Amino acid sequence: MKRLVVMALVGLGLALGIAAADTPTTIRRDGVVLTIPQEKRAEVIGDRLRCLVCQNETVENSQAGLAKQFRGIIRRRVVKGETNQQIIDFMVHRYGIFVLLKPPLIPLTWLLWFSPAIALALGLLVLLLARRRRQQGPPPLSPDEHDRLKELLS
Amino acid sequence: MATMLTRRLMFGLPLVAVAAGGVASYALLERMGRGTYNPQAFNNPLVGHKVPDFSLPGHDGHAGFDQAAIMAQKRPLLVNFFASWCVPCVEEAPYLDAIAKSGLDIWGIAYQDKAAALDLYLAKNGDPYRRLASDAEGRVAINWGVYGVPESFLIAPGGEVRWHTAGPLFPEIIEDQLKPALQRLT
Repeated sequence: MKRLVVMALVGLGLALGIAAADTPTTIRRDGVVLTIPQEKRAEVIGDRLRCLVCQNETVENSQAGLAKQFRGIIRRRVVKGETNQQIIDFMVHRYGIFVLLKPPLIPLTWLLWFSPAIALALGLLVLLLARRRRQQGPPPLSPDEHDRLKELLS
Repeated sequence: MATMLTRRLMFGLPLVAVAAGGVASYALLERMGRGTYNPQAFNNPLVGHKVPDFSLPGHDGHAGFDQAAIMAQKRPLLVNFFASWCVPCVEEAPYLDAIAKSGLDIWGIAYQDKAAALDLYLAKNGDPYRRLASDAEGRVAINWGVYGVPESFLIAPGGEVRWHTAGPLFPEIIEDQLKPALQRLT
C-alpha cells in the first residue's frame, strides 16, 4: 500500500514536471504575442473597460469587432510597457468616462456615488420626525369632548 | 385642516411623481421613434478639440487625406465615417447627397471596408464625397472615438471639431442639430 502511494506520487510529480516544461511562456491573443503576466495584465485592463457596442459587456468578454480591436490595442500597449493607467487614460481620452465600467468620483458623478448616503439620511430624517410626533401624544380633550366622553362612559 | 393637507400631499405627491415619470418615458420613446434620441449614444470628447493626428490613403480614384489637409481647410467640413456593409449608412446616403448639394463639403472615411465592395456601394447609393479615404484596419476611427458607423463630425475651418453625431444623418438631426451648428460657424 505504502509503495503504491509512493509510486503514485512519483508519477504525479513526473506528470507535473512534463506539464510545466510544456507550458508555453508566450501566447498569441487578438493578433498580439505576449507573455503570460502581460496577458494577465491586459485582462485586468480589459475587464475595467466597457464594450461600446454591447454596452453592458466588458471589453474582455464581448464578441463585438470593436472589442476585439480594443483588446489588440490594449495588448500592443502592454507589450510596449505602458502602465495600466496610461492605457485606460488612452481610452478615456477618446471615448470619455463612459468607457469605464466603474465611474470615477468626479463632480458629475457625485449624485450617483452619494445617493445611497442621501437616501439613508432622508430615511433617518423621516423616522426621527415620525418618532418626535408620536412622543408628543394626542392633544388634550376640549371641554365639549370632555362632556361627550362623560356621557358615553356613564 | 393641517392633517387634511398632509394627507392630500401624501397621496398627491407620489401620484405627481409617477405621472411625471410617465410623461418623461413617453417623450424618450417618442424621440427614439423619430430617431432624434439614441439611448446608446454618449458625448464624444473630441468635440471642441482639433482633429487627431492621422493619415489615410485614398480609395481608388479619390484623394485621401490627413490631419494637415483638414486643418488647412478654409470652409466648414463634414467628415463622415461609413462602410459599405452598414445598413444605416445606406439609409443615410440620400440625405448625405442633399447635404453635399447644399454646399457643405463631405469627406468620407470608409471604415474596415474592401475596395470592390466600396465601389459597388458608391455606384448604387451615390458618391457625395469630395475626398474619400480608406481606414481598412479601423485604427483611425478608434483614434477619433468612433464606435460604430455611420458617425459624422462637423469641423470648423482650421480643424476644430464643433459637432458630432453617432448614427445616420436623418432630416430631423440635420434640421435640429447640424444646420444650427453650421450656422454658428458662419
